[in-house]
Amino acid sequence: MKTALVFIEAKDNEIKKGSLECLSALTGSGWALQTCGLKETLSVVEQLKKWNVQKHYSSDHSSLDSFNPETHLQFIDQAFQDSAADLFLASSNTHCRDIFPRLAVRHDAAYMNDVTEITFKDGVTVKRPLYAGKCSAQVTFSDDSKKILLLRPNQVMVLDAKGAGAGDTVSIALNDVPGKSKTVSVQEGESEKLDLTEASIIVSGGRGLKEAENFKLLEDLAAPLGATVGASRAVVDLGWVPHSQQVGQTGKTVAPVLYIAAGISGAIQHLAGMSGSKTIVAINKDDKAPIFQKATYGIVGDLFEVVPLLTEKLQSLK
Amino acid sequence: MRIFVCVKQVPDTETRIKILADQLGIDPQGVKWVINPYDEFAIEEAVKYKEAHPEAQVTAITVGPKARVNNALLTAMAMGVDDSILVDTDVALDSLTTAKALAQAIQKEGDFSLIFAGKLAIDGNLSAVPLMLAELLGVPHSSVVNQLEYAGQSLKATREVEGGNKETFELQLPALITASKGLNKPRFASLPGIMKAKKKPVKNITLDELGLNESNIKIKFTHYEPPAEKPPCKMIEGDPKAQVDELVRLLQEEAKVL
Repeated sequence: MKTALVFIEAKDNEIKKGSLECLSALTGSGWALQTCGLKETLSVVEQLKKWNVQKHYSSDHSSLDSFNPETHLQFIDQAFQDSAADLFLASSNTHCRDIFPRLAVRHDAAYMNDVTEITFKDGVTVKRPLYAGKCSAQVTFSDDSKKILLLRPNQVMVLDAKGAGAGDTVSIALNDVPGKSKTVSVQEGESEKLDLTEASIIVSGGRGLKEAENFKLLEDLAAPLGATVGASRAVVDLGWVPHSQQVGQTGKTVAPVLYIAAGISGAIQHLAGMSGSKTIVAINKDDKAPIFQKATYGIVGDLFEVVPLLTEKLQSLK
Repeated sequence: MRIFVCVKQVPDTETRIKILADQLGIDPQGVKWVINPYDEFAIEEAVKYKEAHPEAQVTAITVGPKARVNNALLTAMAMGVDDSILVDTDVALDSLTTAKALAQAIQKEGDFSLIFAGKLAIDGNLSAVPLMLAELLGVPHSSVVNQLEYAGQSLKATREVEGGNKETFELQLPALITASKGLNKPRFASLPGIMKAKKKPVKNITLDELGLNESNIKIKFTHYEPPAEKPPCKMIEGDPKAQVDELVRLLQEEAKVL
């Protein structure tokens, strides 16, 4: 039987959604399941048992306390070796993207991120978007190398876990911690919001907002939705919002469950970055704006009227 | 002091992607090829470094079909890069094979202090090659960097991650940095720069000379498909109040996303 190893991330004693998606993708695969994660995952071992996890590798080594690509790589490397897994699966977020490519070198493994579909039938078949979603392709593995796959958030439905795995916890000893780099500081951002690439709802604004201060309208709309605020390239270039909020081919490629675009006309590079969203709402005063070609629901109107009304309506539902 | 900048040529963001009939790739006809936008920040950073440290030699390096990718190197040299290395191949390589080609070409040149690359290439969106390169060369890396401070044999790199968190790392040189938007403001190639670039040396190497070939490739893309057709947009009519009420009803009852 083949074995898969899943990198688990946890916060406040809960398994993060991205990790639950990885566990769900493997459910029904017929593969044996092992997991690994930093010390905060020790509080979710009982939950992991329900996913039929046989072994959970962890470490409380102090070099892992704050994120450092060098030491975190050493941890996942040791877990991959100890588990002897054929496949290593993790969520496609900034930290995972920062360590798993180097792991692929160490294990001469096939590496792919932003995976949107995995099927386990006659081997492993994987799909992913290319050109920021202008097309997609199947990933064909040409040899039997180990595989390291990062799953794009919001693509796989989280299933109910009802199993009863052993969930034995195995402690990993980290020796000879490398020291070519060190983490100087981690400054917490103001926002508790999820990153655009992980958010299940995004509210995005463009030049139609007329000035930077008007992004407040979108933050107000995002609040009752629990959404993350995004932006078009035009307004990032104008300096209204930081680049970390840019959606599009030269920003972030996103695929939330709901994407609301207000005052965004829809340049091709923006459309490429968000057209994978499940439901798209476009609010724009120009009925010929290209954004309407990708939208599920369209409102032709003045966003300065529509957005506050929508915020009010959503607040009343709470 | 030797500095390398990794450059990739990608279809311009305005490009409409057409898929070949055999679904094994995109139709190159009509594609406008440009330097990957994030690589421009990497080039600018290397050139800026050279301006502050005139003894530094900055070399651009790329992998791809010579007839096409040579242009990207010319642009990099027109921006101020000293010389270039071109690993010539028509084969579509995977990330690991590309990284191996870059690593071996760089190792042939001897010691280096810094390698710059873009945080990701906007065609495949992989952000893997630079990190694999760092691993193959045994140097530390910092990725998605938007602020750099140099201090002799080390540097401080700052970046933004999820939720607006800022992380700062201190790296010993030699090191590899992947550049994000905001690190600097890439210059345009000047006319004298373009004239000079034509006289700057480009070293051509084939994949064979690096001991690599198609059998190293672990991953191929097949079955290319356009995005699934979307049903036409449902336009919601009425006054703003009625539009909003109907939108919320549709989101709740039809799309079931609220």
